[in-house]
Amino acid sequence: MRSFFYVISALTVIGLAFWAYQENYKTQRSIKDVSMLQHQIGASRERLSVLRAEWAYLNRPERLRELTEINYDRLGLLPLSPEQFGKIDQVSFPTPDFVPIVNPVDVSAELEDAQ
Amino acid sequence: MTRIPLRPLAHILRARENGENPDVIERENIRARHEAMHDKSRLRSEGRLLVLGVFFFCVFIVIGVRMGTLAASEPREPSVAATGAHIAAGRADILDRNGRILATNLTTHALYAQPPIMIDKERAARELAAIFPDLDEKTLVRQFSGPRKFIWVRKKISPEQMQAVHDIGDPGLLFGPREMRLYPNGRLAAHILGGASFGREGVESAEVIGVAGVEKTFDDYLRDPALDGQPLQLSIDMTIQAAAREVLYGGMKLMNAKGAAAVLMDVHTGEVISMVSLPDFDPNTRPRVLIEGDASDSPLFNRAVQGVYELGSVFKIFAAAQALDIGLVNPSTMVNTKGPLRWGKYRIRDFHNYGPQLSMTDVVVKSSNIGTAHVAMQIGAKRQREFLGSLGLLEATSIELIEAPGAKPLLPPKWSELSTMTISYGHGLSASPLHLASAYASILNGGFRVKPTLQRQNGKRLGDTVVSERTSSQMRSILRQVVVRGTASFGEVEGYAVGGKTGTADKPKPRGGYYKEKVIATFASVFPAHDPKYVLVVTLDEPVETSGSKPRRTAGWTSVPVAAEMIRRIAPLLGLRPEVEPVQPTGVTLTSN
Repeated sequence: MRSFFYVISALTVIGLAFWAYQENYKTQRSIKDVSMLQHQIGASRERLSVLRAEWAYLNRPERLRELTEINYDRLGLLPLSPEQFGKIDQVSFPTPDFVPIVNPVDVSAELEDAQ
Repeated sequence: MTRIPLRPLAHILRARENGENPDVIERENIRARHEAMHDKSRLRSEGRLLVLGVFFFCVFIVIGVRMGTLAASEPREPSVAATGAHIAAGRADILDRNGRILATNLTTHALYAQPPIMIDKERAARELAAIFPDLDEKTLVRQFSGPRKFIWVRKKISPEQMQAVHDIGDPGLLFGPREMRLYPNGRLAAHILGGASFGREGVESAEVIGVAGVEKTFDDYLRDPALDGQPLQLSIDMTIQAAAREVLYGGMKLMNAKGAAAVLMDVHTGEVISMVSLPDFDPNTRPRVLIEGDASDSPLFNRAVQGVYELGSVFKIFAAAQALDIGLVNPSTMVNTKGPLRWGKYRIRDFHNYGPQLSMTDVVVKSSNIGTAHVAMQIGAKRQREFLGSLGLLEATSIELIEAPGAKPLLPPKWSELSTMTISYGHGLSASPLHLASAYASILNGGFRVKPTLQRQNGKRLGDTVVSERTSSQMRSILRQVVVRGTASFGEVEGYAVGGKTGTADKPKPRGGYYKEKVIATFASVFPAHDPKYVLVVTLDEPVETSGSKPRRTAGWTSVPVAAEMIRRIAPLLGLRPEVEPVQPTGVTLTSN
């Protein structure tokens, strides 16, 4: 009985050692991944800030104004003016597309007229 | 354990035989047993103490070693922590009220030289001078051959320039990474943003510090690492700023003015939506401060905040509002305008002769100096001073610009009766256009004091009551009359019911007296007058309008058309729908003679 316990505990120790060894390597790999990802995130952030700055630079009002002037023939853009405000009741209702009537039904009034 | 009996029979019997007391034996045995027990427990305690001592020793050693390593090792960012507070090293962005970028950072490089490891100094200097035209070849050669071991060549270089320097191929030319402040909109909002430069510099990094404007006022906020790069949001609207600058620039050129300023303010919150001062500069390449001459000639000078001028007749509404508020007059009370008004050796005149008397409304509408001076005399110096103080016209504005505390209004050294009269029509007290905008906003928004701010606000921010709601609405209707039938008739913008007051003030000479031909023309307006939302102040410096037979300099001919065009452009952008002006209520029917 006693030797059985010895064997069992020895096997348990071997098993735990193996598990700990594996976990250790997994952790080290994860840490390496994390630091790589953080490096990537940092690089992406930097790229993002450059892109944002570039976006802001390309969208500066001065440049947009020049572009609208250059492309006036195609776009016809003018500064917003008070006349461009409308009211909702100035917008006409959409005219529904009527479906052609294929098989008309005689209504009672017409029948009475015919009599 | 063998137990020794306390009364061993053999000993007892022997003692009895000898006639001794057997209890002595028992006591002796008890004593011996106690001694043995005592010895044993002491040994055990000593053992425990030893174990505890060893334990504490080990703990102290561990803690000590850990503290030592922490103190001696290089600090490092935790790389394993799953989520932690980020520490942002960069300067925070500045955004406009809609979240568009006004200032951001860009990573560039700085170029430095280490002459001891340079190979061909003459060639390097020649090539550097070819890449950077502003560098001088001879100076570079002298610097490289001098005793210095480290020389900054350029603080900021572009990627193309960096490649060109790489192509020189000298090992003594090296690069250090740099965070650079970038203002993508260039001149737009230059005076508000100010600018940034480098503080302490190292090879690997340099601190970016604000040198003027909000960059300097909010320097601590923008650099605070705990805020994690949270951007600073201003009340400025970039679109409106761009439109206002374009119109003002055109107006300045058209009216031949040497400078111009415009302030657009929300009447309820005091938020400055747009603030333009011309001429302006590019904050990316901030010009140097003028060493000599008048500081106001430098493009760095912010006319809207720093320019304290005598603004002229725009001040008349303060006397009128106070007289209405304390019940001295009502809008139709007749005021004496018979001129000239003599006070000692001084004479106060009007632009035209307006006859013996005018109603209070018409005094403002026709801009009568004499009428306003009479009203001011009724108010008195003390009450006038208190009222102007409650509008913030006697102290520097609280706007978040580093230049603001320096721009204090210029007051008369002694507030005499003559000062009371001249101040009532805007002479003798110098204030900035921003002072004027916040004072107008305070009177016209229903009578609550507003303080100008550049930070975006949520909801109204009303201060103490300055005048009553009734006075406020009477003043709005008087200002509307000025545009409808008074001096600012060019200010009419259909659908926006502009109300305002013109002011033309002769510029003071540096050595006393006034220029005849140089004026400051101001138009302070509110729109829509029946439901005030925004206050706009436009100031032109030395304008002259030459379309007529003789040059015209009054604000009605110069500032007013510019302001009207500005309102026409920016009111739709502000989301204001043009509307038909409601009819005046019958209670305040206005009469004119």
